[in-house]
Amino acid sequence: MLQDKDRIFTNLYGAHSPGLEAAKKRGAWHLTREMLQQTPEWICDQIKASGLRGRGGAGFPTGLKWTFMPKEVRDRPHYLVVNADESEPGTCKDREIMRHDPHLLIEGCMVASYAMRAHACYVYLRGEYIAEREALEKAVKEAYEAGLVGKNNKNGWDFDIYVHHGAGAYICGEETALLESLEGKKGQPRLKPPFPANAGLYGCPTTVNNVESIAVAPTILRRGAEWFAGFGRPNNTGTKLFCVSGHVNKPCNVEEEMSITFRDLIETHCGGIRGGWDNLKAVIPGGSSVPMVPAEQIMDAYMDFDTLRDLRSGLGTAAVIVMDKSTDLIQAIARISYFYKHESCGQCTPCREGTGWMWRVLERMAKGQAEMSDIDMLLDVASQVEGHTICALGDAAAWPVQGLIRHFRHEIEDRISEYRAPRTMVQGANVAAE
Amino acid sequence: MALRRFDLEAGSETFAFKAETEPTIAFWMGKYPEDKKRSAVIPLLWLAQKDNGGWLSEPAMRTVADRLEMPYIRVYEVATFYTMFRLQPVGKNHVQLCGTTPCMLRGANDLKKVCEKRIGKKMAVTDDGRLSWEEVECLGACVNAPMVQINDYYYEDLTPESLDEILSRLAGGVDVPPGTFVDRLNSAPIGGATTLKEAGLFDGARNGAAGLPNLPEATNGDTPEPEAKGEPARSKPTNTDREETSKAAVEAADDEMELEGERPAASEASSEDGDDLKKIKGIGPKIEKQLNELGVNTFAQIAAWSGDNVKWVDGYLSFRGRIERESWIEQAKTFASEDKS
Repeated sequence: MLQDKDRIFTNLYGAHSPGLEAAKKRGAWHLTREMLQQTPEWICDQIKASGLRGRGGAGFPTGLKWTFMPKEVRDRPHYLVVNADESEPGTCKDREIMRHDPHLLIEGCMVASYAMRAHACYVYLRGEYIAEREALEKAVKEAYEAGLVGKNNKNGWDFDIYVHHGAGAYICGEETALLESLEGKKGQPRLKPPFPANAGLYGCPTTVNNVESIAVAPTILRRGAEWFAGFGRPNNTGTKLFCVSGHVNKPCNVEEEMSITFRDLIETHCGGIRGGWDNLKAVIPGGSSVPMVPAEQIMDAYMDFDTLRDLRSGLGTAAVIVMDKSTDLIQAIARISYFYKHESCGQCTPCREGTGWMWRVLERMAKGQAEMSDIDMLLDVASQVEGHTICALGDAAAWPVQGLIRHFRHEIEDRISEYRAPRTMVQGANVAAE
Repeated sequence: MALRRFDLEAGSETFAFKAETEPTIAFWMGKYPEDKKRSAVIPLLWLAQKDNGGWLSEPAMRTVADRLEMPYIRVYEVATFYTMFRLQPVGKNHVQLCGTTPCMLRGANDLKKVCEKRIGKKMAVTDDGRLSWEEVECLGACVNAPMVQINDYYYEDLTPESLDEILSRLAGGVDVPPGTFVDRLNSAPIGGATTLKEAGLFDGARNGAAGLPNLPEATNGDTPEPEAKGEPARSKPTNTDREETSKAAVEAADDEMELEGERPAASEASSEDGDDLKKIKGIGPKIEKQLNELGVNTFAQIAAWSGDNVKWVDGYLSFRGRIERESWIEQAKTFASEDKS
C-alpha cells in the first residue's frame, strides 16, 4: 500500500492550484539545474536502475529507450515527442497530469530532452482534451516567463516545448502515426524500421514517450532510483496511476504501488465491487486492447505487467474496467469491436476489413443469431488479423475477441441455443457471416 | 474506418478567418520549423471549424490549404480522416456522447435515448439551430462515466435526468458550466479522496534535499563540476563537447545503434603499423580515423569485407551506399595485392 509521502502526483484530483508557485511547493522544479549538470548517461542509467517501464501500454523500459538515440547530434536535430493522445478506452490518467500537475510534465520533458540531447519537444494532445490543452499551455507560458525553459534559461539547457493537438483519431496514439499526424498528414502508421530513434519527426532522431513515463522521471532522479525501485515486485517496479472504471461503487483515478492486488486496489480506493465480490464477473485490466480476465483469476492477482501477462492479458495502461454479473459480455466486447472498426486507419486490409467483420459477427452473436461454428470462425479470423498489420491496432482489435471466446465461450453458446429454442425453423438454417 | 463525405450543399461559397483569430493562427504557425508549416494543418482546420460555426465547409478547407501552401487534396485527406472535423452543419451546442464500453457499462445507452428524445436523430440539427448530437468513441474520462462533450468541454457523471436538465437549459439559451454532476472532486472517488491528505505534501516540506542522490563520485565530493560554477546558460558545453569518443564508448554505442548487417572483425595491428587507408579514393583522414577506431587498419581487412560488413559500416558511417559506389573493396584488393608484390 503506497503512503502519501511516496506519491508523485500529489495534485491528482486538482484540490490545489496547478500554477507554478504551488507546483514548486509540491516539489516540482527542485534541483532541476543539478540534474542537467550531470551527463545524459547518468540520467539514462538512473532511469534504467529505477526499473521504470513505459506507461503507455507496451511496458518497454524507458531508460533503455532513451539510449537508442544517437550519441551525438549530427546534421539533424533530435526531438522528444510526448504522446498525450490518450484514447485507449478506460484510460484517463494523463489527463489528470496535464490539467492538475502540468509542471511535473514540463520538467520531465526538459530532463528527458537533455538525456537524449534534444532541444525541442512536442507534446501531442488528443484533440478532445481542450480544457487540458488550455491548462498545459498556461503552464508552459508560466515556465517560459519564469525563465525555466526557453533559450538561455535558468536550468542551463536550451529547450523549447510546444503543445500540439490532434483531432480525434485513436490511431494517432501509435507512435509513428502520431509523427505522421504531427507532420500534418493522415495518421497512418509507418513501417518500421527505420525506428523513430533513427528517422522520426521530420526524418530526425525522435523518441516518443507517454506522459506518465516522462512526468515521473524528475521525481525519480530527485528521490533516487532505488526509492522508485523499492515499490512493486522485481521487473515491475514503481508507482502507477490506476484508472478504475465500470461496475465499482466509486470509480476513480489513484496512484498506487505496482503489484498491488486487485482486491486491495478496489477495496481501498473504489469502495468495493457493485453488489459485492460475488457479483464480479470479469475485468479488463489494462484498457480495451487487452483480453478480459474472469473474476476468479483476477481477484487476488497482482496488478503488474508480468502477473497479468501470465494470465494471458496485460497491464497495458492500467485502465481497469470492472464488469459485474449484470453485464452482457458479448455486447460489451461487440462495442469494443465497433470502436476498433471506427478507429482503424484503413491502411492494412486485415485490419480495415477484419475489424468491421468481427464487429458485425459479434453484434449477431449478442442477439444469438449465429451458428455454433461461427465461434470458431470468429476465432480464426481474429488470429488472422493479429500480427498481420503494420501497427498493433490489428492485434488490439483481435485480443478482446480472443479473450471473450477463451473465457466465456459457454455464454455465446447459451445465447445461440436460447435464440434457437423457440425458433425450430432456424435450426440448420445457414446464417452466413456477412 | 469511418466513411466521411463533404457536404457541398450547405454553407456559403466563401470562407475567411475572423480577424480576432489571426493572432492564434500566428501562434500556431510559430511552433513549427519554417519549412514544415504543414504541421499546423490540424490546428488551423480546428480554428477554421470554430470560425465556420462548428463545421468545416469545403471553402474553409481551401483557405487553410492556401495559408499553408498545401495542395487542396492533402487538406481534404486530413479533414476527412480526423473525426473531430465535422463535415456537415451542426447546432450551436453540439453534444458528443461517449458510447464506448466504459461509458456503456455505466449507462451511456440511457443517455442516447435522452438525446434522441430531445434532439432527434444523430447529426440532425433542431429547428432553432441550438442543438445537435452524435455518438463518439472514448473521450478519455472513463472514471467519470457516463459523460458527454458539449462544444469544447466535458460534462461528467451524468444520469438521464441530469442530461435532460442540461439539454433543456441549453435549448433555452442558458449556458451550463461543465464539470462533474455528482458530489466529487474531478476524478477522486465519490465522498472524498482516500489519498493525498498529508499537509506536508503541499507546503514545500518535500524540497528539503540539498542535492541529488546517486551522483557519480567525481561530482559528489568537495570539488564541484566546473560547469556548476560557470555562467548559467551559454557556458554550458554542447553534447558534442561533452562526449568522449573513446574506443569503449564507440563499442558501447555500436551495441545500441541497432545497425543492420554485421560488424567487421577488428585487427590486432595498431593504426600506426597499418596501411595508409587514405589511398583508397573516398577515404579521407576523418574516415580513416573512424575506421581505425573500429579496428580496421589494413587493405586486406577491407578487401575481405562481406556484404553484411559493408552494410554495417555503411550504416555506422551514415554513408547511404558510398562504399559500393566508390568500390572500396575492389580498390582495397588492388592495393592489398600491390603491397604483397
